[in-house]
Amino acid sequence: MDNLLNTATLIGIAHSGVRLATPYLYAAIGEMFGQRSGVLNLGVEGVMLMGAFAAYYGVFLGADPWLGVLAALLIGALMGLLMAVISVTMQAEQGISGIGLSLFGLGLSSLLLKVLVGSPISIQGFPVWQIPGLSQIPIVGPIFFDHDVLVYIAYLLVPISLFVLYRTTFGLKVRAVGQNPEAADSLGVRVNAVRYATVILGSALAGMAGASLSVGLLNIFQENMTNGLGFIAVALVYFGGWRPIGVLLGALLFSTVSAFQLWMQVLGAPIPPDLAVMLPYILTIVALAVGVKQIRQPAALTKPYERGE
Amino acid sequence: MRKLSWGVVLILIVSLWLAACTAPVAAPAGGAQPAAEAPAAADDVVRVALLLPSTINDIAWSQSIYTSLKELQAEMGEDKLEIAYSENMFNVPDAAAAIREYAANGYDLVIAHGAQYGDSLMEIAPDFPEVSFAWGTSTRTGADQGITNIFAYEPRGDQAGYVTGVLAAKLTKAKIIGLVGPVDAGDAKLHVDGFLAGVKATDPEVKVNVSFTGSFGDTALAAEAANTHIKAGADVLTGSSQQVVGAIGVAKENGIPWIGVQADQSTAAPETVMASAIYDWKQLLKDIIAKRAAGTLGGEVLQLTYANGGIRTIYSDAAPADAVEAAKAAEAGLADGSITIVAEPR
Repeated sequence: MDNLLNTATLIGIAHSGVRLATPYLYAAIGEMFGQRSGVLNLGVEGVMLMGAFAAYYGVFLGADPWLGVLAALLIGALMGLLMAVISVTMQAEQGISGIGLSLFGLGLSSLLLKVLVGSPISIQGFPVWQIPGLSQIPIVGPIFFDHDVLVYIAYLLVPISLFVLYRTTFGLKVRAVGQNPEAADSLGVRVNAVRYATVILGSALAGMAGASLSVGLLNIFQENMTNGLGFIAVALVYFGGWRPIGVLLGALLFSTVSAFQLWMQVLGAPIPPDLAVMLPYILTIVALAVGVKQIRQPAALTKPYERGE
Repeated sequence: MRKLSWGVVLILIVSLWLAACTAPVAAPAGGAQPAAEAPAAADDVVRVALLLPSTINDIAWSQSIYTSLKELQAEMGEDKLEIAYSENMFNVPDAAAAIREYAANGYDLVIAHGAQYGDSLMEIAPDFPEVSFAWGTSTRTGADQGITNIFAYEPRGDQAGYVTGVLAAKLTKAKIIGLVGPVDAGDAKLHVDGFLAGVKATDPEVKVNVSFTGSFGDTALAAEAANTHIKAGADVLTGSSQQVVGAIGVAKENGIPWIGVQADQSTAAPETVMASAIYDWKQLLKDIIAKRAAGTLGGEVLQLTYANGGIRTIYSDAAPADAVEAAKAAEAGLADGSITIVAEPR
């Protein structure tokens, strides 16, 4: 209790927060692309589980962790294709089809674990890679440069997605399709093709989010190991106002508060554990209610596009 | 804007709810349908149905009883003992429906393997006076309400905790141990109480940092809890529930020993898991079946203890001999009653 607020504890909290944000970043940035083009994919959770299992099973069979990540990306993309067929081409209600996809991923990944592996067995995933030089910097080094490689890639995704969304033709098309599909269509943008691309890209990233757990942070797969994380990622997209920086801040806020409550418990702070566990959720709701005023949702979100005559 | 906010709040509430349960909404994988064969005439076959909050491969609570039931089946013969099970019945309404269905379909014994199923069982049991039910963790059989066909069972998680606590206290050099718990209630609370008592009895200087994730299935948070414990100086880790696989992975990566409870967790990482205090349900299940055959359909409380062999500890060859010796002495003390566990308020 006496060492609650010393430097080592604060570094520990920040370090945990940076690491815990990883799966949220992959999943939420991927989901953000889909939503910016007008497709709400609630299936993130199921895609993450499938991606996590694919990566885990690859490494379990002796493959390199990178091959595992590749498998997660492919499985994610495949599930994205399924989601796109259902919600873009067949124009099914997006929320419902997403929940369906989520349950599908949960069930299938559990079944595959049972049939192919049995009880969870730990694997050798990505080791922690301290970036030479940078990890020596006091305070900053141990917080930001003492993680496995999938953590670094997650943070690189933020500037990359900023660039893609605001500086490329593809990004322009995505934003146009999500804001005013009719206008985009009249300018020759293939609305549904763009939506297919974003949903598949988003799901591939959700698969990678799963891999960041199973072969990055945890080195094991367990049935339903995401435990609602995919749904929080969807909420983070709203929280972040459909912007990469906003998503980053939301993910960091949520994960840092999670890390904070863990440290409070470990150090024996006199807070009931039940209350501590609720903290990240309560703070997120408060931040949404108080702080976020200027969010503008993509106008065509959840609306399937049908070409008028 | 107003509509948007509500949407977000709704999503957060759904997330919160999902985060709180191990098995959201439905249980698509495996064995969720009770077998539908017609009730058979009285014969010498015992039909047992098992309701599990998680899965038979959770390397914890559910796997322990499933493994024991399969062992018993191997002993009695498949033609003498029939088994059916439903997994992922964390939600009580799903479980209640399945219990009723099993009872109506000719099962002799329906085991509701979770503290949360009690109230449903009390309602269902009187409707099926010929069927025996078993419920744990609990010491309530419903006898005070006139119910005669429920066996209550309780693994003495505090005994398992005590022995592993003794072992952990011997293993730690930093004199700090990290415990990754699910919620501070039921079997998990018993385990923590016993563990603290075992550590204290062995070395009062050792500090145990306890954390709870608020869930049984939050593998990622359990892993981060393990990371936090290590950062806070712990050099031995333990914990209960199915989510600890995440913590075991972290322990392995950091080369820190893990001590398991409930099921044999050495399967997850053999070189990391120093010991597992496992629940062996075989004798308890045998006793229930024997009592039923003798005409007692319920009304009794049974325990898993070191004394009756219901709890056993499996030690890794890598565990230091003096630590194992101390832990085995604790096992013997609990078995013969020379050690009693006094849980201290936390």
